[in-house]
Amino acid sequence: MSEPTNAAYQVDTVERAAKTPETEQPYAALGVKDDEYARILEILGRRPTSSELAMYSVMWSEHCSYKSSRVHLKQFGEKVPAVDFLLVGPGENAGVVDVGGDLAVTFKIESHNHPSYVEPYQGAATGVGGIVRDILTMGARPIAVLDPLRFGPAEAADTHRVLPGVVRGIGGYGNSLGLPNIGGEVVFDACYSGNPLVNALSVGVLKKSEIKLARADGPGNRVVLFGARTGGDGIGGASVLASATFDEDKPSKRPSVQVGDPFMEKVLIECCLEIYAEDLVTGIQDLGAAGLSCATTELAAAGTGGMDVQLDLAPLRDATLVPEEILMSESQERMMAVVTPEKLPRFFELCEKWDVIATVIGTVTDTGRLRMTWHGETIVDVDPRTLAHQGPVYERPYHRPDWQDTLQADVPDPARLERPESGEQLRETVLRMLASPNLADKTWVLEQYDHRVRGNTVLAHGEDSGMLRLSEDSGLGVALSTDGNGRYTKLDPYAGAQLALAEAYRNVAATGATPLAVTNCLNFGSPEDPEVMWQFAEACRGLADACLVLGTPVTGGNVSFYNQTGSEAIHPTPIVGVLGVIDDVARRTRSAFPAEGEILLLVGETLDEFGGSEWAHVVHGHLGGRPPKVDLERERQLAEILIAGSRDGMLSAAHDLSDGGLIQAIAESCLRGGHGARVVLPSELDPFVALFSESAGRAVVAVPRSEEKRFSDMCRFRDVPVARIGVVDGDALDVQDQFSIPLAELREAWTGTFPKLFG
Amino acid sequence: MPARIGVVTFPGSQDDTDALRAARLVDAEPVALWHRDPSLHGVDAVVLPGGFSYGDYLRCGAIARFSPVMESVIAAAREGLPVLGICNGFQVLCESHLLPGALIRNAGTLFINRDVRLRVESTATSWTSDYEVGQEILIPIKNGEGKFTADEKTLDELEASGRVIARYLENPNGSARDIAGIANAAGNVVGLMPHPEHAIEELTGPYPGPATDGLPFFTSVLKQLVNA
Repeated sequence: MSEPTNAAYQVDTVERAAKTPETEQPYAALGVKDDEYARILEILGRRPTSSELAMYSVMWSEHCSYKSSRVHLKQFGEKVPAVDFLLVGPGENAGVVDVGGDLAVTFKIESHNHPSYVEPYQGAATGVGGIVRDILTMGARPIAVLDPLRFGPAEAADTHRVLPGVVRGIGGYGNSLGLPNIGGEVVFDACYSGNPLVNALSVGVLKKSEIKLARADGPGNRVVLFGARTGGDGIGGASVLASATFDEDKPSKRPSVQVGDPFMEKVLIECCLEIYAEDLVTGIQDLGAAGLSCATTELAAAGTGGMDVQLDLAPLRDATLVPEEILMSESQERMMAVVTPEKLPRFFELCEKWDVIATVIGTVTDTGRLRMTWHGETIVDVDPRTLAHQGPVYERPYHRPDWQDTLQADVPDPARLERPESGEQLRETVLRMLASPNLADKTWVLEQYDHRVRGNTVLAHGEDSGMLRLSEDSGLGVALSTDGNGRYTKLDPYAGAQLALAEAYRNVAATGATPLAVTNCLNFGSPEDPEVMWQFAEACRGLADACLVLGTPVTGGNVSFYNQTGSEAIHPTPIVGVLGVIDDVARRTRSAFPAEGEILLLVGETLDEFGGSEWAHVVHGHLGGRPPKVDLERERQLAEILIAGSRDGMLSAAHDLSDGGLIQAIAESCLRGGHGARVVLPSELDPFVALFSESAGRAVVAVPRSEEKRFSDMCRFRDVPVARIGVVDGDALDVQDQFSIPLAELREAWTGTFPKLFG
Repeated sequence: MPARIGVVTFPGSQDDTDALRAARLVDAEPVALWHRDPSLHGVDAVVLPGGFSYGDYLRCGAIARFSPVMESVIAAAREGLPVLGICNGFQVLCESHLLPGALIRNAGTLFINRDVRLRVESTATSWTSDYEVGQEILIPIKNGEGKFTADEKTLDELEASGRVIARYLENPNGSARDIAGIANAAGNVVGLMPHPEHAIEELTGPYPGPATDGLPFFTSVLKQLVNA
């Protein structure tokens, strides 16, 4: 046993705390408010030891306790559609969904926004690592990741610091874990300058009967810490980094960002899966935000209720670390398991097989107390539920911003924003839009991610959703899409959140999968700002209402507050991930037009809707009006059509219409398939509106001539408008009476932007 | 009895699952081999898969080369056992001195995942006999350190002895003389930077295809084993 070499350190014991009530404690510097500190005194009946204070500070931080969001997140548990496939709902490390047979799928999205701004590579890398461990903790093999990203303007100098590092970090970590990256988004907007959004979704597969829970049950069972040694990285990460706004005057926060070792995590994954396969643990928890503090309290609070821990047994990378630091460290690639004494030898054998360090550091008790000792002296003695479940809950004040009406009144009608009219003007606009950073080809980014590893990737980037085969025998698979539009949500948070769900739902259906369940990452400004809080409340309400209508329950997610620089909050940006299931992945629908002669059909209704549109953003730098109308019933009908079209083999291609509208979708499908198209716009629509409107609930599909009638009849039967708008043909994108663009020119515009910006 | 193709798993191997699947799809018996176990379990051929063995610490493949299983693989390869090293496996073969040269950081420094066109240059190896010389095939690459390099004399020797087995048609990473793969003098040991095990199924291979251009690597070795 190694003695701490930090000679000046004096351990603050429970005994000492009881005797020295007058000691002043730096709780404010740890982010603990006056009333919260008073509550800790009341709970303990004495002042906390410095170790206990460290634990309360991280466990009661916004990041871990959801103290500002909890009252609104409740709705996701209340407005739950009646479904029979939800095996584990919100509150666990990740939700679990029954996908048929004996298989279940677990998935969740999280943010790593602030660390990725401070240290783009490590911030993004450990964001992947963290969410993957959540999936692993459920008992699942992680099988893929998706990364929705938001950056400041593409041409801004800081974006050129942040984006390449974030992309390399995601690739560097995810590729080394052997996890295919199958989707996500890259979006630029000035509102994310100084506060990029780096969200990461992971999905895993497991047997229904083998779901693991984070519980320390059974007095006498051993508590094992395994994986990487604990170091000084990420100390204070949870409370400092995740819960405070960036302020340029403060000292560098660089050391607070965790450093990842993907090789360690890869080995840990394989080791855990072998441990699970032999049913060697009664409970398991990963060490993420708030590290050992969180893992011990959550395991104890959810289980029999007590735990004794000998903290000095934790293997350290830095022998000078003191208990407070060990408790707060966010060193990566660590797990904690609860193991019965008779299974311990086999548990250690498997850890040895994978060269994973494992140490018994404690025992489950029935005392109802979490007790920790440091070289024989008691430094923590608390009821773990007061840390894990009884944190503060705030009813933050909120109100609709005064500027909301003004913003919505600033509609992008032709009197305010000049629209292209002639064929030549439309042509120029198409090329300009295709080359704009949000709509341009993202190959430069995506080539840095491995989307193939494990050999089950059926669809990935460039398709409407990523799709994975789960069973080589049956062809059973899942599809995933993440979407979110900050501009729409700024104009109307309720509708914006619903549109994010609608788009992800539509994207999953467009590939032929049936949408099942939702995870969300709610990226907002400061909850202490009542206007931001109103955006948050409205977005939660909108999303919960929409999930109820679409029958897709929220299974879990993450809230990221304080996304702002100074007083300027980001656009409210709820990112919604939708998971779908498909019986046979061979039936998938791609977005590329595969062959000449296919008929192009526009499904859904096009209105003059440009509020928050990509066109208004790119051409006029304008944000005002209202987002596209939400019609969830229509979304559901459209999804049914796309799924039936895939199942019955009617569709050659399908592509959802969203950012950039119809012409963007057609151009992408042409370029991916390498075929041109002759397009005839519906005569009742203004050509500009037909080409660029972002009305929701629409898709463009390609069908063989022989299927046109059957498919169109299916749409009419469901009362969904359908119009023949052209044919796949030639090597140009030709819009009748308006313009023609050779594919080569189209491709150059689309693919040139990223290499020019970042190459 | 079907031929047995062994696939080594090092800690940090990623594409071992895929290589085992490839063996299965050509009706060989896939056999998982473990880095610490020196036994090759009577396999008829070995694939060293892609990934980041031992975290690629020190140098790609540098630590894997000293693992117990590699002692056996090196000895058996010298006796003629067919060995295919893919990506990280190619790096291990170079570190093991079963193949000359080295793989270093890509010219553009970034990790590249891309479907690349190759021209098959030699069919006189255990792993390429089912191709035609000059055949153009589509196989994915995915690596950060895939730039093949060797001194001029070695490169000249490789060329002269027909040991360059495939070249890039559009060199993605600055590899010397566009070399994507090489063989040893006997033709039983092949190192290849692209990933044929990711081009074996219509469902998951390159799109738009051809999607299954990687299969002949595995059918080639199978034929040799059956004929042997």
